Amino acid sequence: MIEVVSQDRCVKCDVCVKVCPMDVFALGPDGIPVIARQDDCQTCFMCEAHCPVDALFVAPLSGPAPAGSPYTDEAALLEAGAMGRYRAVLGWGGGRTPGSRLDQNHVFTARLAAGSQPAEETPAGRRRVSGEPSA
Amino acid sequence: MTVTGLSPHTHELSAGVFVVGGGPAAAWAAYKAAQAGADVVLADKGYCGTSGATAAAGTGVWYVPPHPAEREKAMAGREALGGYLADRRWMARVLDQTYEGVNELADTGRYPFPPDGAGGQLRRGVQGPEYMRRMRILLRRAGVRILDHSPVVELLVDADGAVAGAAGYQRRHDRPYRVSAGAVVLATGGCAFLSRALGCDVNTGDGALMAAEAGAELSGMEFSNAYALAPEFSSVTKTAYYSFATFYHEDGTVLEGAGSQKGRSVIARTLLTEKVYCRIDRADADAQRAMRLAQANFFLPFDRMGIDPFTQRFPVTLLLEGTVRGTGGIRITGDDCATSVPGLYVAGDAATRELICGGFTGGGSHNAAWAISSGTWAGRGAARHAASLGPLTARRRVSALGGAGLRPTGKPGRPGAAREVVAAVQAEVLPYEKNLLRHEDRLAPALAGLHSTWSGLRASLYGGDGAEVVATRQAAALAAHGRWMYTAALARQETRGMHKREDRPGADPSSRRRLLVSGLDEIQVRPDPVAPVGPQEYAGLRAAS
Ligand SMILES: Cc1cc2nc3c(=O)[nH]c(=O)nc-3n(C[C@H](O)[C@H](O)[C@H](O)COP(=O)(O)OP(=O)(O)OC[C@H]3O[C@@H](n4cnc5c(N)ncnc54)[C@H](O)[C@@H]3O)c2cc1C
Ligand code: SF4
Ligand code: SF4
Repeated sequence: MIEVVSQDRCVKCDVCVKVCPMDVFALGPDGIPVIARQDDCQTCFMCEAHCPVDALFVAPLSGPAPAGSPYTDEAALLEAGAMGRYRAVLGWGGGRTPGSRLDQNHVFTARLAAGSQPAEETPAGRRRVSGEPSA
Repeated sequence: MTVTGLSPHTHELSAGVFVVGGGPAAAWAAYKAAQAGADVVLADKGYCGTSGATAAAGTGVWYVPPHPAEREKAMAGREALGGYLADRRWMARVLDQTYEGVNELADTGRYPFPPDGAGGQLRRGVQGPEYMRRMRILLRRAGVRILDHSPVVELLVDADGAVAGAAGYQRRHDRPYRVSAGAVVLATGGCAFLSRALGCDVNTGDGALMAAEAGAELSGMEFSNAYALAPEFSSVTKTAYYSFATFYHEDGTVLEGAGSQKGRSVIARTLLTEKVYCRIDRADADAQRAMRLAQANFFLPFDRMGIDPFTQRFPVTLLLEGTVRGTGGIRITGDDCATSVPGLYVAGDAATRELICGGFTGGGSHNAAWAISSGTWAGRGAARHAASLGPLTARRRVSALGGAGLRPTGKPGRPGAAREVVAAVQAEVLPYEKNLLRHEDRLAPALAGLHSTWSGLRASLYGGDGAEVVATRQAAALAAHGRWMYTAALARQETRGMHKREDRPGADPSSRRRLLVSGLDEIQVRPDPVAPVGPQEYAGLRAAS
């Protein structure tokens, strides 16, 4: 779930408020968004991907982080270089190459086709399929 | 448009085509309707560009070059797994349309596909955030008016019962709104029962509820029990890489028979009594590198937890993705993705995907292709329909169709009741022993429970005239889905596709029919008079033409 909005980094652009599909944020009195409805957060990482200054952190847990968790400790997250990681792999932000250009799914698909396991999330054309539905 | 009983602060708009939803299906529908000359409004519950299963997850796409041998192989791929309920004529159309659409995404949409090393591009998959960001740019350029955070809650019909628009609530403006339109496309995604599967909490099946209220039928609702693997603590239901996994008991011994594909029911059965662990330990170094580059979001939860999934065991769970990766949805009655209701078109997961994958999952490639193709056809079909109405559109007198959660038949209940309805529905549809490991002895009481939840909510669930209507309608849609799903599951007295009956193992050749369900207070079920088109039937059709 969304855990951190960095007061220092946020440039009050409103983007996270706009793009969150679950409408989790509200605009705070100072223009910095607040996590108004954390319960509704679906842990989709989209706000983090869209924040232009890496001011947001979504913890990997589908429930709220326990009190005292490092996931809520902005200083520790910054120190660990945890903020903005997803945006970096997506290749979003000035001077970066879109992550989609580096996609290596075909290597993985070929591996799968060579083995006997069918794949989900891979093109079906080359699959050898067996077994029960996957999703 | 003349509207009766409109609250004074309702925001009113009109359009040729109104597209409901904001995932790939909606985006393609709006884009193609606009290209066909329609004036288009698109409204999403969340934000068009981040909302829905594709935006958060990313998808492999059924993109197959038009070489006869490759196409034949692609069509044959899921036919047996889907219990031969699909239709090869539709598969062929979808393969053609998807090929064209993905190429357009590359050329016009400038989607940055990876190079193939031979001067071309690999176009068999899209990264969600990038894809949907590009689609939004295309929509803007095409002049589509986008309303974000504007969930639609009900359809509007004219005196003849033709769909003439839809109404909803704008969360950021805190006001109701209505769009009168010549035609409506429902592209609201599937129904994942608020299970927290990746990106799926917006997908509460609202479109099917609205369509059913207008009299449309649903098809394939028994194929709505797709469960996806995820790390126990996480929402990330990216499942491809589990093909390289081994599953373990807590004590580290191998869980025999468990697998991402063949052994998912073994995992489910084991999860009823103990934890199940997993390690992606059958990928070599090359595969590992490729995996990281291909699906970055798969690794997010692991990296943030400090777990190396290739070397360390982690606990897993199965999350219900319902009709998102199942195949049931609103029945289609024409090549343009029309429904039996005039003016109403459907696309993406809101529609049945049995036509291309039968009773097997649409995940992995087919669903993404379907969103592009059905979106394209529905958008064009809706534009054509709207144009055929001419200036009549504006003069139609309309009435609103919403029932459950909006207009209770009895004394309106207290606010906040939606939450309890959701919990009651989830208690019947999420448990593996009811929905995945199906048996009449468990399905029948679960259905009875859902019926009683429905009667209760139909009488009293009420969202008032504020934002709460969104929650009450979602709750009603979940309850309706549970009932359609189990009604069809009991009616299909055999095992076929993902519908596996412990008490009816094996397929019954005389049941090779798609099943249609309809209705809300009373649910009807009947075999589809239109037969599936398998390999033999298709060969016959081609020989005849
Ligand atoms: C983790 C995961 C991985 C997947 N991988 C693959 C894959 O590799 N290949 C593949 O083919 N498929 C895959 N799928 C399935 C695929 O993502 C879906 O089939 C696809 O997203 C369907 O597109 P859609 O536009 O119909 O629905 P969605 O993308 O789910 O979008 C639905 C939209 O409707 C909006 N909406 C809902 N209700 C309302 C309302 N009342 N009013 C207005 N708007 C509303 C939502 O906000 C959302 O924007 C995967 C699914 C998941 C969950
Ligand atoms: S997107 Fe980032 S910078 Fe913009 S308002 Fe949100 S937190 Fe602040
Ligand atoms: S993770 Fe997704 S749901 Fe949660 S706040 Fe961010 S965008 Fe919203």
